[in-house]
Amino acid sequence: MAVRDWEAVIGLEVHAHLKTRTKMFCRCELEYGAPENTRTCPVCLAHPGALPVPNERAIEQTIKLGLALDCGIAARAIFARKNYFYPDLPKGYQISQYEAPLAGRGRFRLPRPDGDREIGIVRAHLEEDAAKTVHAGGATGRSVGADYSLVDFNRGGTPLVEIVTEPDLRSAEEAVWFLRLLRQTIVELGISDAEMEKGTLRADVNVSVRRRGEEGYRPRWEIKNMNSFTFVGRAIEAAIRQQVAAHEAGEPVEQSTYDYDADTDRLTVHRSKEEADDYRYFPEPDLVPVEPPAELVERLRAELPERPADRIRRIEPAVGFDAAVELVTTGRDRLYDRLVAAGAEARVAANAVMNEVAAAGIDPEAVDAGELAKVLGARERLPRDVYLEAVARSADPGFAAAPFLEQEAVSDASALEPVVEAVLAANPEQVQTYLGGKEGVLGYLVGQVMRETRGKADPRVVNRLLREKLRA
Amino acid sequence: MIDTLRLTAEQASELVRRREISPAELHAAYLEAIAARDPELHCYLHVCEEAEGEGIPIALKDVIGTRGIPTTAGSRILEGYVPVYDATVVTRLKARGLRILGKTNTDEFAMGSSTENSAYGPTRNPWDPSRVPGGSGGGSAAAVTAGLAPWALGSDTGGSIKQPSALCGNVGLRPTYGTVSRYGIVAFASSLDQVGPVARTVRDCAFLYSLIAGRDPCDSTTVDLPHPVELPEGDDLRGLRIGVPKELNEAEGIEPGVSAAVARAIERCRELGAEVGECSLPLSAEYGMPCYYLIAPAEASSNLARYDGVRYGYRARAADRVEMYARTRDEGFGDEPKRRILVGTYALSAGYYDAFYGQAQKVRTVIRREHDAAFERFDALACPTSPTVAFPLGARTQHPLAMYLSDLLTIPSCLAGLPGLNIPCGLSEGLPVGLQLIGPQFGENTLFRIGHALEQALGFDPVPARLRS
Repeated sequence: MAVRDWEAVIGLEVHAHLKTRTKMFCRCELEYGAPENTRTCPVCLAHPGALPVPNERAIEQTIKLGLALDCGIAARAIFARKNYFYPDLPKGYQISQYEAPLAGRGRFRLPRPDGDREIGIVRAHLEEDAAKTVHAGGATGRSVGADYSLVDFNRGGTPLVEIVTEPDLRSAEEAVWFLRLLRQTIVELGISDAEMEKGTLRADVNVSVRRRGEEGYRPRWEIKNMNSFTFVGRAIEAAIRQQVAAHEAGEPVEQSTYDYDADTDRLTVHRSKEEADDYRYFPEPDLVPVEPPAELVERLRAELPERPADRIRRIEPAVGFDAAVELVTTGRDRLYDRLVAAGAEARVAANAVMNEVAAAGIDPEAVDAGELAKVLGARERLPRDVYLEAVARSADPGFAAAPFLEQEAVSDASALEPVVEAVLAANPEQVQTYLGGKEGVLGYLVGQVMRETRGKADPRVVNRLLREKLRA
Repeated sequence: MIDTLRLTAEQASELVRRREISPAELHAAYLEAIAARDPELHCYLHVCEEAEGEGIPIALKDVIGTRGIPTTAGSRILEGYVPVYDATVVTRLKARGLRILGKTNTDEFAMGSSTENSAYGPTRNPWDPSRVPGGSGGGSAAAVTAGLAPWALGSDTGGSIKQPSALCGNVGLRPTYGTVSRYGIVAFASSLDQVGPVARTVRDCAFLYSLIAGRDPCDSTTVDLPHPVELPEGDDLRGLRIGVPKELNEAEGIEPGVSAAVARAIERCRELGAEVGECSLPLSAEYGMPCYYLIAPAEASSNLARYDGVRYGYRARAADRVEMYARTRDEGFGDEPKRRILVGTYALSAGYYDAFYGQAQKVRTVIRREHDAAFERFDALACPTSPTVAFPLGARTQHPLAMYLSDLLTIPSCLAGLPGLNIPCGLSEGLPVGLQLIGPQFGENTLFRIGHALEQALGFDPVPARLRS
């Protein structure tokens, strides 16, 4: 099997819960972990006669997301009904968007070591989430074989954005990288917590493979509801392996929905629903079209923060791709920016932020960048422990660089020379030992100089001076 | 002794205001009338012996959700369902002190034109109990005519207020779409459903409309009235232009007696000073029915999906989920909802959507434009409400298409979202004939003015001959 002869074609459908106070179409509060079925009303339980009223905050957040993905914002967006029966869908339809989503075509710039990859965005639309079904009794905890099922309607009606990409991703690694950066973009917009473990971010993955250079697409597999980045990556790898094996063996590959089994690291065909998927979409007659005013869209555009991908590209020339990625994806690049603005040298600032600041476990946002920049400027001349202490304190209220800078190492050779000579004069035995070939004793002599200078001497200068004197 | 057959809501309010009668006594008088005549007519599905409020009573069609009072929409699937909230129109009526007298019979989910599709048995026409009261709001219409309520609320999707009012000989208004909240109304076809008043006089009808109309934050499709409701007073129609759409007055199936009564009423309009002229709505007349019978079932198929036995209402015993759905819906729904769910599901299906639902929406736009063009020349249009007078029970139950034709003349303006007022304009074969007045969007005040003037001029006696003492 030669996986390298094949390329993967991957597209994602990403769902994120919006961080609104209330539900999408009623004013029930959203509260993660509230007792079951205590955040419900006639609207989200679909009592007869209840009508939806859209959450304007959710509409604004979706527009914001659309703008961050360079999408066109619809002048007239339409909610549509997606009809299917399931106990966690109380109305028998989900209010979603179909032909006229709030955010249309867009693109996502994905920074790679060898340049940008542009990932096409098909759309980003707003919908309501279903309620949560818990299958109880039985052996498997799955619907098949369960004794009974319980539905918790608290989650039903949570605003949800769905982002659909073009099949522009070419490897598991690239797909996961895209997903991570998309997640960070969403989180930084302040519209969602987007946590896969909590289910506030979910991804469906579409994977097919084709021979390198081949045009068009082969049948794809849809892998549903992935809930960790690791599994997304592994599931894609597994799909690629299995599809390549099948194609090379001349076996048919059918378009279908699959589940990823982490234990066997294999994909198995999803047990299909009883009914065929014809959702009979039609415009939701209980709602009027959403016509976002141009002023609103412009206000939201002006509020957009600089996107992670843009920040990586901005920082990269000064610190290199890997450092830029690490700074941005750890969210430490803001401190980096502040340090550079305060006069710190870019690479020094990047290293300090990624290493010493990270190791100290302090809040980068609380760091006084102006003062820390002074410390970084003197870093070469400060004793190591003094430098580390200064970094660790840099987020303390009232942190000042001055007391640490006073402990600057003495690196002026003329100032250190008398001390070095005194130490050599006071330790003739060690001098003889050194001259006899045992250079290891140099460390002792350095230590003596450091002691005489109460640690202020720059060890490298002391080292150099000692060698010069002993050679003379 | 109060004669509930003659008492208008306006008169009743006056009696209460002057403290000649207490709200409780008035309520009791209607309960007495109900006890006397409803066993024969079966207007009510639920009667409220007790009620709050310092005003006069009102009957509500059973698709209107009432907190603590059973609301079945005439369906087995909602048997025993008691809403936990009031429809916005109910909240508004209660705020004005109105007392709920009871819930009136309806074709199941308001699907029908005779009230024979009610799971709880048909309502009978007070003029002739062997005949239907029309539908779907036959219960409300018959109750008002039989003196079992001073007024009532109905709901109209394709004629369910106007047509029963015509067959029972009273006044019914289907308001401009979007002027009355649908929040809390059991949905049939969302883009067509409108709640409206049924009354014995045009003034009562106008007043009741003023109580329920106006934007509701709970219904995104509602708007505020551009101008307040005016209670009609005048008796002339000078300065008004009334159009007579050829196709809706000469359609096949209109009974000669109906045509004659309507023609006489239109002639009275001219005598009262209106300018009367002919106009044409060819596309609306030809395509209204098929368009309606795609859009309404399509929306219904989705609106009725929530009756799945999971959360409330009827649930059949079954071994698993899918069987539970199937049996609940098979046993809970009657034939007409099933028929429309099937048709609607088909019309929305992949591969058929464009040809059916999509095409019907385009036709609907054409119908709206055709009406708009007519209203550039006229202030109101006049035609029969129903092609026939009340027909015998059972006459059309085996012929769905014949039943659908009952709404031939009411459907086009419903599709256009326009207001329509029925007023009685005479008798044919001893049964009431209804005149339909159609207005432009928000044209209710004009309809009230014409209706009121004609009401005075025609002197129709709204009390059925057999009930006159």
